[in-house]
Amino acid sequence: MTTTLDHPSYNYNVVRQFTVMTVIWGIVGTLVGVLIAAQLIWPALNFDTPWLTYSRLRPLHTNAVIFAFGTSALFATSYYVVQRTCKTTLFGGNLAAFTFWGWQAVIVLAVITLPMGYTSSKEYAELEWPIDILIAVVWISYAIVFFGTLIKRKTSHIYVANWFFGGFILTVAVLHIGNSMVIPVSMMKSYSLYSGAIDAMMQWWYGHNAVGFLLTAGFLGMMYYFVPKQAERPVYSYRLSIVHFWALVSLYIWAGPHHLHYTALPDWAQSVGMVMSIVLFLPSWGGMINGIMTLSGAWHKLRYDPILRFLIVSLSFYGMSTFEGPMMAIKSVNALSHYTDWTIGHVHSGALGWVAMVSIGAVYHLIPVLFNQGRMYSIRLINIHFWLHTAGIVLYIVAMWISGVMQGLMWRAVNTDGTLTYSFVESLTASYPFYFMRFVGGVLVVSGFLLMAYNMFKTIYAKDNSLEAVKAA
Amino acid sequence: MMDYGTLRGLIALLILALFIVIVVWSYSKKRKSSFDEAANSIFEEKTETEISHTNKNNKQETNNV
Repeated sequence: MTTTLDHPSYNYNVVRQFTVMTVIWGIVGTLVGVLIAAQLIWPALNFDTPWLTYSRLRPLHTNAVIFAFGTSALFATSYYVVQRTCKTTLFGGNLAAFTFWGWQAVIVLAVITLPMGYTSSKEYAELEWPIDILIAVVWISYAIVFFGTLIKRKTSHIYVANWFFGGFILTVAVLHIGNSMVIPVSMMKSYSLYSGAIDAMMQWWYGHNAVGFLLTAGFLGMMYYFVPKQAERPVYSYRLSIVHFWALVSLYIWAGPHHLHYTALPDWAQSVGMVMSIVLFLPSWGGMINGIMTLSGAWHKLRYDPILRFLIVSLSFYGMSTFEGPMMAIKSVNALSHYTDWTIGHVHSGALGWVAMVSIGAVYHLIPVLFNQGRMYSIRLINIHFWLHTAGIVLYIVAMWISGVMQGLMWRAVNTDGTLTYSFVESLTASYPFYFMRFVGGVLVVSGFLLMAYNMFKTIYAKDNSLEAVKAA
Repeated sequence: MMDYGTLRGLIALLILALFIVIVVWSYSKKRKSSFDEAANSIFEEKTETEISHTNKNNKQETNNV
């Protein structure tokens, strides 16, 4: 008997590993987030233990969601998409497996060192230099595997999703290596090679573009493959996707200075950052429209396909946060929003709304394909997950918006004699109800992830091909 | 020798010109069919040899407006 496989040699093993870990790290990352959200309401929850303090767990939360959850999702989807669209297996043999184990090692080291208090104190780049070197080695291996696969492709055209993935891999390598230049003084302590305002500029050039290229370009690559696939329609405009790519990659890198408004950074650099951030609105919305319009003529699919709903709602959040971002980059708006909870709200509308939802949608699409099933174990649970996640985000961002604007207004209020109207503690007390609302939102998001894990393992352990695809109505 | 400000201005113009070239190139009528093909390529789940035997008539057009 001969069996014909339609993809005889794809390396799905590494895709499976990264996909499962995406869900696991999603739970861990958001759970740590809920814990620190609770600590802001009930400070006693640090149990007077140094490694449970907010200051050490907060970087653990950000590293876990960005680099463990988000980046695992990017590894999984980029390895999957590049093989499927290039019609060839991954380049580099065991190098792909090395990127998986290497990246998980990085995350485990982060989970150990951050609570112990080892930090370079650079936001989103807290990990100390030996771990930074491991990240660089893994990342360069990732680039070799990805670009090697592109080079040996069996198709003439490179599908647009791969352009976004490629752009993200290349830029993150440059950003990470550039910002992590340090002089080590001991195994776990180092000082940045840059000093003063230059160090700040390097840090936010890295910090903003880690967001821009990791959390935007990479996930747009995901969007350009999984939205058309799940909608079973080609992307709305392939031409627009090309213009979108070049406009986005040429603009993003300049927006970093908006994190340093009204600081020691030269005024002109702040203004450049502001202008470039506003211009960035255009490619962002071009991409969002391209993704959403892919569904034109097939809107009815949103009614019965919760996976597609995850993907399309993620684009709505992308549109919202890429409108909000340029607004907040305007200096006079930033004067109100900076250092308040508004920023936290903005980040989470992007991270929970755009990044997490597009990843969750892609993972729900991937799991049945990777584990030889026609569909997920339970479509109903996906639907419940969708509503838990959406309700969680709405609670979270509404709470942070109100709290943030309130803080900004209270901090700037002055009496007629020029003294401050409110003390800092008064603004903190006023934020408590909103911190509780945020905590509830976070709990909903974590519960959604737990359902997802249950659904995933049920699908994985079901007998091959026992779950049949639902025929479209 | 050109001063730094002029050089930066020229680079900005060059990048703007490059962007216009990209837009004109991607929106040219000539490219439409190959882009439609690229947009549909993700729906071909077969290997290279099988593709060459498949007819390519059942394509959906994209809205390359």
